Amino acid sequence: MSVLTEASVDTVSMPADDHLQGDLLEISMGPVHPSTHGVFRMNLLLDGERVVKLKPVFGYLHRNHEKIAEHETYLGSMPYTDRLDYICSITNNWAYALAVEKLAGIPVPERAEYLRVITGELTRLQNHAGLIGFLLQDMGASGTPLMYAFREREKILDLFEALTGARMMCNYMRFGGCRCDLPAGWMEQAKKVVDEFPRFLDEFESLLRTNEILMERTQGTGIVTREQAINAGLSGPMARASGVNYDLRKVDKYGIYDRFSFRVPLGEHGDVYDRFMMRLLEMRESLEILKQAMRDIPSGPHKDPNTKIRNFRPKAGEAYGRIEAPKGELGFYLISDGGPNPYRYRVRPPSLINLTLLEQMCIGHNVSDIVIILGSIDIVLGEVDR
Amino acid sequence: MLGEGIIKGLAETARNFFGSYVNKERLTTVQYPEERLPRIEATRDFPFLVYDGDDWEKGLRCVACQICEKECPPKCIYIEKSKDKKPDAVGKPQNYPAKFDIDVSVCMSCQICVEVCPFDAIKMDVQFELSSDDRFGGLLLTKDKLAKSNEYYHEIHPTEAAGVDAALAEDREKEKEKQRLAAAAAAAAAAAKAAAAAAAPPTTVAATKDGAGSGGAAKEEAK
Repeated sequence: MSVLTEASVDTVSMPADDHLQGDLLEISMGPVHPSTHGVFRMNLLLDGERVVKLKPVFGYLHRNHEKIAEHETYLGSMPYTDRLDYICSITNNWAYALAVEKLAGIPVPERAEYLRVITGELTRLQNHAGLIGFLLQDMGASGTPLMYAFREREKILDLFEALTGARMMCNYMRFGGCRCDLPAGWMEQAKKVVDEFPRFLDEFESLLRTNEILMERTQGTGIVTREQAINAGLSGPMARASGVNYDLRKVDKYGIYDRFSFRVPLGEHGDVYDRFMMRLLEMRESLEILKQAMRDIPSGPHKDPNTKIRNFRPKAGEAYGRIEAPKGELGFYLISDGGPNPYRYRVRPPSLINLTLLEQMCIGHNVSDIVIILGSIDIVLGEVDR
Repeated sequence: MLGEGIIKGLAETARNFFGSYVNKERLTTVQYPEERLPRIEATRDFPFLVYDGDDWEKGLRCVACQICEKECPPKCIYIEKSKDKKPDAVGKPQNYPAKFDIDVSVCMSCQICVEVCPFDAIKMDVQFELSSDDRFGGLLLTKDKLAKSNEYYHEIHPTEAAGVDAALAEDREKEKEKQRLAAAAAAAAAAAKAAAAAAAPPTTVAATKDGAGSGGAAKEEAK
């Protein structure tokens, strides 16, 4: 029995010339290797090359994150949040730390806020650099753009390793600050990376931004309208590519983001090309924030001295902490009953919500376009399935 | 002009390709394992136990307090406390781990054990070539495999180790001072007792016994 027999959305009307129409073909498709976007499957119903219906199948990477967190101490969940969106562990840490700080009313010292902004924006840079590489790899520009992107990403990962000890599973934030202060020479190295980054962006843009094949392929593909984006609750670059001016750094002004001047790039068409450009433009704005934060960082403690890491028991209550992660709005909802572990722990992952429009984006397109539409959403299955 | 973008892109690729022959920055990979990148100081992977001196069994800083075992998020540490006590790194008599196992196939290198350890006994290693053909025994590191000298710790994390050594030296001085004071106090008390005993032996003994008895009863009640 097919899972696709029940219609979930309106299907496109079939061509009128009935004599040319063959049977519909049902296939199973998806990135199934962990080193691609993750382990994910789509059940497709095809009319020739065209997609008639699409059903995403989630859950292959489900690791019981939320339930495990309800049995861990508050600190014990911190390294697990690294594994949600395993490309940007620092922003995951930040969102969780923010939720716990709201829950327990912990102040964050000034220097710690700056450290958070610096590492968070570096995370955004390396996520977007990796994503445009992956996206172009999905389009068939095999190897070259991905290698250029990874060459730059590697420099940021080196910075993370020098600061936190790990390249990807950083486990850097603590409630009321950051785990450690900057080691000697880190800031100089980071400034060098930030100063050299625009050169990579220029190189990358001249490599493919005006490429006629790429433009032909991506413009008008996988369109999300402004209304659709708002109705589906999209966030991050996905929503902004459709022209929704929604950036939590501007809307919520969490942390110290009201101190920096930066622009929020907006798209017009909401197609794959806009989403690709959105990442390139956002990286330039992140560099602006980084330059300001590195210039203004004060000295002082890197974490709140009154917050103990052991026997941490926030008073009963609930809190929702959200940040603008590289992929969109990442939120943690916590309920405390006064015990050492949360009573309820819930993650609002941007990848999962952004993925909900996949079928609407894909219907009517060719099979090969599904790959790039999926790539442009920027999903990480660690976060979708949790 | 149609195709301009493609030509521009290909020029960029060519620049990178030929540049890789002259510019080291354009060729970032190394041929592992013959060639290795310099290690970054803060790097961490799996925990190890620090010991002072030459004998690892005698010099282990771990006092089997089991805090790391409780705080470890994936619960990969297994500790059994010893029955007897021995002097620890600062000279206090303490328990020591009769058994200390870390299952590195479960460990996720989060460093929380290091952060919660009050004795600076567990630190992060940089040894990553741990592959083994025995998937159960080979990845279960026992006490003897985990114990590594303080010199090794200095070699892999020099800045951090120097800080730890300074703090430990301070604690050792404090402990010595405390022991010296305690010894002096004990000697003074013994002298006073001897003097008192010489003066009026029967009454004092009875009073002490009585006091001890009532104190014990009070404790019982409080419980």
